[in-house]
Amino acid sequence: MAGVGRRRFLGYVLAASTLTVAAQVGEAGEAAAAVPSLPEPADLYDLNDMLTDAALPTSGLITVQVHEDGTASLALPRAEVGQGVTTSSAMLVAEELELPLEKVRVTLADARPELLFNQLTGGSNTTVSTFTPIRVAAAVARGRLLAAAAGLLGVPLAGLVAKAGVVGAPGGRSVTYGELAVRAASGVDVAVSVALKERAQFTVIGTPRGRADALAAVTGRKQFAMDVKVPGALPVMLCRPPTINGTVRAVRNADAVRAMPGVTDVAVVPTGVAVRARTFGQCIDAVRALQVDWGPGTEDGASDESVLKELRAAELPLVVPPLPLLTKAVDARFTFHFASNSALETNCAVADVRADRAEVWASLKSPIVAQEKIAARLGLPPTAVTVHVTEGGGSFGRKLFHDAALEAAEVSRAMGKPVRLMWHRTDDFRQGRTHPMATSRVRATYSLGQVLSCEQRHTSVATDFGHGLGEIITAMAAKLPVADLAFSETMFALTQQTPYDFGVTTQLLSEVDKGFNTGSMRGIYSPNVRTAQELVVDRLAAGTGSDPYTFRRRFLKEDRARAVLDKVAELGDWGRTMAAGTAQGIALHPEYHSVVAVLAEIDCRPQTTGRTVPDAYTGPRVTKVVCAVDVGLAVNPRGLEAQMQGGIMDGIALALSSGLHLQDGHFLEGSWDNYFYTRQWNTPPELQVVVMPPTTGSPGGAGELAVAAAMAAVACAYGRATGTMPTVFPVNHGGPLGFEPLPTVPPVPQSPTDGRTRAY
Amino acid sequence: MPEHTFILNGERVTVDIEDDVRLLWVLRDVLGVTGPKYGCGLGVCQACTSHLNGRAFTPCCVPVGELAPGDEVTTIEGLPATVGAELHPMQEAWLEFDVAQCGYCQPGQIMAAVAKVRQAREAGREIGEADLDEIRNICRCGTYHRIREAITAAAKRY
Repeated sequence: MAGVGRRRFLGYVLAASTLTVAAQVGEAGEAAAAVPSLPEPADLYDLNDMLTDAALPTSGLITVQVHEDGTASLALPRAEVGQGVTTSSAMLVAEELELPLEKVRVTLADARPELLFNQLTGGSNTTVSTFTPIRVAAAVARGRLLAAAAGLLGVPLAGLVAKAGVVGAPGGRSVTYGELAVRAASGVDVAVSVALKERAQFTVIGTPRGRADALAAVTGRKQFAMDVKVPGALPVMLCRPPTINGTVRAVRNADAVRAMPGVTDVAVVPTGVAVRARTFGQCIDAVRALQVDWGPGTEDGASDESVLKELRAAELPLVVPPLPLLTKAVDARFTFHFASNSALETNCAVADVRADRAEVWASLKSPIVAQEKIAARLGLPPTAVTVHVTEGGGSFGRKLFHDAALEAAEVSRAMGKPVRLMWHRTDDFRQGRTHPMATSRVRATYSLGQVLSCEQRHTSVATDFGHGLGEIITAMAAKLPVADLAFSETMFALTQQTPYDFGVTTQLLSEVDKGFNTGSMRGIYSPNVRTAQELVVDRLAAGTGSDPYTFRRRFLKEDRARAVLDKVAELGDWGRTMAAGTAQGIALHPEYHSVVAVLAEIDCRPQTTGRTVPDAYTGPRVTKVVCAVDVGLAVNPRGLEAQMQGGIMDGIALALSSGLHLQDGHFLEGSWDNYFYTRQWNTPPELQVVVMPPTTGSPGGAGELAVAAAMAAVACAYGRATGTMPTVFPVNHGGPLGFEPLPTVPPVPQSPTDGRTRAY
Repeated sequence: MPEHTFILNGERVTVDIEDDVRLLWVLRDVLGVTGPKYGCGLGVCQACTSHLNGRAFTPCCVPVGELAPGDEVTTIEGLPATVGAELHPMQEAWLEFDVAQCGYCQPGQIMAAVAKVRQAREAGREIGEADLDEIRNICRCGTYHRIREAITAAAKRY
């Protein structure tokens, strides 16, 4: 079916017992179209491009295997943490292989050091970087199956048609892929060139499909790290310090704790005192019983106020030149408090460390770094450390790191036994990684209806990018004191962009304080940077006497952005009359060759903010959200819609309710009834997501996209409903605490015993 | 060590363990039943939600010593059998609306949903927005909207 002049791609048939193919892509992804007038770095080449290019040299090692039972399998060198990449990857195989989707199995590959850059899951990059290689591999397999069928049936190749896992010949004869799997295999590696389907020929890509693991999820059969059965791997929990990164000086009652029911071992490791027991319940008892003398941590005495002072002192100056008379300015400064990227599955890992080897099971988005770091810590060669990537119960940036895997390996070595290590929820909030506190100063000037400049100075507690680009050398480089700032500045420049033509536009980052455990959280800088900028856009619109929607529309750089903005304005009935105390907000976010617009309606009236739910924060309610998204080409529109919905829930939480309070060297939040992530009572009753028809023809990033636009739209709506632009996020941060903080010693609370009386 | 006997997903089980160990750990660490997930151990996140004699509860908050031999514990693994089918209608609706993302909270969400529908019916009404607002189960992937859709649809089918 190869058309004249179509691009051809090189693939391989690998020596194997059944048909096994691999793809190698010889050309880079298409360069982004340049935009007129002073493009920022991320307009031209963004983080996603960098990840895609970094992945190119080795992405040929993605292999697809056809089995005798007629199924095909792909070991995806990525993590699945809920984003649906196993499903969308299976769709790519199904498309080019002409095999029903349910016959494609996608598993997660173990750490494969030879993949170098190509085993990092982040930057919304999975579908972008694997879109072509997976299809090439599948196309090679289909060609090989057709050739094998021609030989078997004794008919010319040209007359054969592959469909639904069967090769059909003229006259009705047919043979299944399963019957061809061995015959199509090769004894030696063979290079072949293939053409891929044109977009008009797609029957799977672009169609809405349910998740491949949906049945496993709803039956409880889906296996996460703590469900993996490893013989002898008993539960382990740590007694952690009362302040951030505090240290163990002495354990006063190790023997007594060792004698507690179910307890088998007690051992000191760098992060605390580990206890191993028959059940996690007995671990909790033991952790609470331990009497530990604690040494100082890295942030003793620090508070929200002290960090804010540091941030203010480190803010880079604005540089706009003197402006003509009559120029007006909007000058605003925003504070974004620490936020937790804790997933519902706490940090956890299984480890079995022996004298000469180690085996680890965990959900890891950067498994090669985990393997190398664990090997280095244990004094073993990396080849002696096997790292299995399990399904993840959410990530939000957490699983870029391997905190629990490294800790589990250390504990297993110290105890000389296999361990199943899990963090307590309270530890996960208090000692786990956070999205760093930041301030954003924005100054925009305008005159005669034109915006002349827009400067943004983002100042943040340092973000740990120690996971590098999935490979040990870059991971080490990010740890170097000098390289490190440049690295985060690079990340900032590669991810942040201004979608509007606002004249002289600069966005700069400066960082302070490396004492906190931080990491990326869904969108890295974007939700905060975007929210600050969109709130200023609303001010500019007001200052020029314009409507927020039409003002944005006028200054947008790209037609794709204008189209999604128009879509939400139309579907959301922008500008409709609303009651006092309620309002609409509209915002836009471009990222990774995708663009999303969100229109939010909020209700800030006392009868709503005064709702009472036990042990909860209710606050303003976002009553309606309309979202329009253009990712260039949606492989699975249904999965994309789910990603947008999740991002919207995150954006609502970041704007209104979910932040950490830092006091006296520790975070006060210790449970989900303290850290107010969106709950059912905060969920918008009306929610609509529109997936725009394909525009660019190739998929852009989507995993983080909606968070920034949703947070900004909710913030803008809140400002318009209350008449005051919010400048501190989440907006409830300065209000009454809303919960009684748990003690820090013992570090974890006992489980309640009143479950029977609370049954419903 | 004390012995505890109860009915788990239709079968009588007996475990040797201290009275105060919460049922969640007995299920997961002793009996190997891993459908109920740990999310907090505080009765907050509701990820371990299962049924005790037909009512939703969090096994992380019930000491195993409080169970009597006649107590019936149903986890997500045993839910389909309560309706004598391959899947409970709530699970079918979950598939239809493609609710799950990472899936970690979903066994608990489904068990809570079944109880909420029953609770509303016992109060003489079909499940509505106010009932849905009361569900405390956390979903950090933010699947709340599809959970609402799935429950509303399922409630009309059984």
